[in-house]
Amino acid sequence: MAGTEVLGRVTWRTGKVVSLRDETSTARTIAIEVRDWPGHVAGQHVDVRLTAPDGYSAVRSYSIASAPNSDRRIEITVERLEDGEVSPYLTQEVAIGDELDLRGPIGGWFVWHVDQTEPIQLIAGGSGIVPLMAIIRSRLASASNARFRLLYSLREPAAAFYKDELQAISIRGESVILSYAFTRITPKDWPRPASRIDAALLSENVWPSHLSPTCYVCGPTSFVEHVAGLLIAAGMDRGRIRTERFGSTGEHK
Amino acid sequence: MNANMSYLDGNAAGGELSKIFNLDLTAAEGQCANCGATRRFADAHLYVDCPGLIARCASCDHVLLRLVNTGKRAFLDLRGMAFLKLST
Amino acid sequence: MAIISRGFSGRRSAGEVKLPPGQYLTTDFPVLSAGPTPRISLDRWEFTIDDGTNVMQRWDWNSFRDLPRETITVDLHCVTRWSKLGTSWEGVSFDTLLANVKTDLPFAMIHSYGDYTTNLPLKDLLSKQAWIAFKYDGTDLAPEHGGPARLLVPHLYLWKSAKWVKGLTLMKDDKPGFWEGLGYHIYGDPWREQRYSEE
Repeated sequence: MAGTEVLGRVTWRTGKVVSLRDETSTARTIAIEVRDWPGHVAGQHVDVRLTAPDGYSAVRSYSIASAPNSDRRIEITVERLEDGEVSPYLTQEVAIGDELDLRGPIGGWFVWHVDQTEPIQLIAGGSGIVPLMAIIRSRLASASNARFRLLYSLREPAAAFYKDELQAISIRGESVILSYAFTRITPKDWPRPASRIDAALLSENVWPSHLSPTCYVCGPTSFVEHVAGLLIAAGMDRGRIRTERFGSTGEHK
Repeated sequence: MNANMSYLDGNAAGGELSKIFNLDLTAAEGQCANCGATRRFADAHLYVDCPGLIARCASCDHVLLRLVNTGKRAFLDLRGMAFLKLST
Repeated sequence: MAIISRGFSGRRSAGEVKLPPGQYLTTDFPVLSAGPTPRISLDRWEFTIDDGTNVMQRWDWNSFRDLPRETITVDLHCVTRWSKLGTSWEGVSFDTLLANVKTDLPFAMIHSYGDYTTNLPLKDLLSKQAWIAFKYDGTDLAPEHGGPARLLVPHLYLWKSAKWVKGLTLMKDDKPGFWEGLGYHIYGDPWREQRYSEE
């Protein structure tokens, strides 16, 4: 089944909001119960459609944050964009009990299957952490022993999603090795000044290329292009780099 | 090579393309009919809503695929790809 | 049957304005592109009018900017359903650009830098209906909105107002351009809601 492109028909489904959790001051995780949910693979996304009473509608894609499981319930994490059209509604208006139109799960390439045994390198830029968190959660909920590293690039510590969960994972240490890069404000006593990821930072924080890891890079388009370029320059096989671009503002708003 | 980073990638076309094919094309490898580069469709530069959907070769920017969905019908132009290789 | 999202109205503002059918009012200016923004230097820029064989008119940036220009305020209607009213532009009218062009070819194909084309009847470019615009809202037209210069033909859907315009080819027959050949209407009148080709 791994790597097959053949899908069940991707149709619109109705989901009900069952819980809300703020990740940061601008981002919120929404848990949605979907009675006919067919299951998903970590890394896939859903399209969410909002419809106004006069029929105007807007559709946006959101990565599924939750690991595959047998529950008929998924989580998405939405970051509010200042001039967004859908994200302000999802992060500020939506209430428990509201229904949402969803299409999915969608995606056949930017996915991780539990039967992949090679080392995995995850690199997140801002809200790009969402599908990578689904991949981590999927790994930890399975019997997989694949070696995982996550490099999470953020503007500042307060912008991190899943803080407590990632901290618990990094304390455990051996299953997922976690590193951070801060681009504007660092935590106190951070050994490195705030800056964009560069070749030196990458070489200290990712699997060496001779291990032939599969890399998953997700975030704003410019972040993904920049990091993918650095990975190739560091000797990673282009065919083993999987990317998902969220557009110029970090999300297709 | 492209200073304007407002494109998405082939992953974001999954929902729209799934309306037409019973397949997810994002993992398929496609060869650009213009420059010959063979890459995963997920890596294509995707421009949406313009007012259709356009996937461009990440190597040379040539149009790989265009899709217009009028609601009643879909128009699909695949001339920009010499082939698409899918595993079934 | 779509779920109506309680309290959702999108990015639009209410108001008692008459819009073409199926359109919604917007206050921002969405940037919709079919490809990467071309970066055209002004010393390379030119606009040509040809008939498929001979170049009949050519302007470089300096000679183009020497032409008489006007400021106009027009409404924009995009086929993706947003309308933006009262937009202010400065440009050169096609009545000026076509003043010395003698032709009986009734159609035009507009070419842009990049690979975009769009077609329309020549008479829709005349009689104060179309301009090559180089300023929006008083400032030089930004590249993402079609700068240095774009076509502005507001009585048709906005996909006809080709960005990064570089030339016009006169044609005997109406041949479809980039979107007209893939399901969009060959003419595109928003007031008759001509979004898609008839079938």
